[in-house]
Amino acid sequence: MKMLEAKNLKKSFGDNEVLKNISFDVNKGDVLAIIGPSGSGKSTLLRCITQLEKIDSGEIVICGDTLVKNNYDEIAEYVPKKERAAIARHLGLVFQNFNLFPHFSVLRNVTEAQRKVLGRNKETSEEIAMNLLKKMGLADKADAYPYQLSGGQQQRVSIARALALNPDILLFDEPTSALDPELTGEILKVIRELAEAKMTMIVVTHEMLFAKSVADRVIFMDKGYIIENGTPEEVFDKSVNERTKAFLAKY
Amino acid sequence: MTIQSIISQLGEGMLKTVMLFFSTLILALPLGLLVAFARMSKFHLFNKKFKPIRLLAQVFISIMRGTPLMLQIMVVYFGPYYLFGIKISASYQVYAAVIAFAVNYAAYFAEIYRGGIESMPKGQYEAAKILGFSKTQTFFRIIFPQVMKRILPSITNEVITLVKDTSLAFVIAYAEMFTMAKRIAAKETSMIPFVAAGIFYYIFNLAVAIVMNRIEKKMSYYK
Repeated sequence: MKMLEAKNLKKSFGDNEVLKNISFDVNKGDVLAIIGPSGSGKSTLLRCITQLEKIDSGEIVICGDTLVKNNYDEIAEYVPKKERAAIARHLGLVFQNFNLFPHFSVLRNVTEAQRKVLGRNKETSEEIAMNLLKKMGLADKADAYPYQLSGGQQQRVSIARALALNPDILLFDEPTSALDPELTGEILKVIRELAEAKMTMIVVTHEMLFAKSVADRVIFMDKGYIIENGTPEEVFDKSVNERTKAFLAKY
Repeated sequence: MTIQSIISQLGEGMLKTVMLFFSTLILALPLGLLVAFARMSKFHLFNKKFKPIRLLAQVFISIMRGTPLMLQIMVVYFGPYYLFGIKISASYQVYAAVIAFAVNYAAYFAEIYRGGIESMPKGQYEAAKILGFSKTQTFFRIIFPQVMKRILPSITNEVITLVKDTSLAFVIAYAEMFTMAKRIAAKETSMIPFVAAGIFYYIFNLAVAIVMNRIEKKMSYYK
């Protein structure tokens, strides 16, 4: 079953064309790793899927619901606001720099949206939050504030915060880029566990070994194009594309 | 004239000063937020550059900050008569003072709010949006509490200035403490009322500083 279908996505910032005709699918339970050099459009692609940016042209279907498609003039036309909000509920996003709410305790970071957005009551939301924090190894930090945590711990809280809303797809925007190698391992372990639990995920990452070992599919992007889209073996070991090989040679 | 009788005469003025102070804050703090919203409004007409609401707020702030508060108090008090021929009653005095102070301070607060709101990292808005919070929820639950913490030192500055500025109400003969001090000093040819006034303002501001410091400490549970 297709969880995400993106067709011919185009996006420019002024004269700068960041996404040039991007198409790909994600199947249920799959982990898609998106790799590529800085400025290749990986993060913008993620931001377009999560509605932090709007595409100029193309079609995005999430869990069977169309978010946006072209009109007759080939210009992207979004569905009404209410539907967009409903479609956004299918997705969770983990940011590079966590973006936890500093004035909320760890527990409240994980419960607030459950209560205010999903309307869950205090007990239920706290139970769900504590279970997730336990899974993340952070049960003892529930009452701490984000500034008291290490980067790796903060990122695990932000994963818990996203998971608490039961997203169908969890997206990661370079989740380990702000972390040192040791803390990076913590986060990759969490993502690996989620993959084993068959969570559908899209991970923009610079961790090639991780992409190779965890991803079901790998997309290599460069200058706004998808250069490769295949299994890790196809992209990492069997690629004949010069650009892919040059990029991977640096790792 | 004994110090006690001076103080008892000043007492009524003090009460009015305190009343003027709190009325101004109660009105100016929310009004300032509204002006800050107007100042940051993205609403545009005709083309993308013409933003009437923003322009209006800019002009308002510019005038409020660019002309003396004393003059503004006079305009609010005498304006209705000179502009529209409306006869002003003595009871209008207190309203004129409160309106002039509230509107003037709202302009200053607006710029402080704006500075605080614009200093918030984009990531906080984006995280809130991804989690599904509405714009109102995002502002009041996530952005504003953090903004308050950031702008508190600047707000304290303004509040302390306000305590002293209340003395400007003497221009419309509003019988706040300083007006009373002047009257008594003139009548008794004595400096004591002014000394008493100075001590009063100092103690008032000491209290303000202590209260604001407490609030700041309360908000320092996170970084």
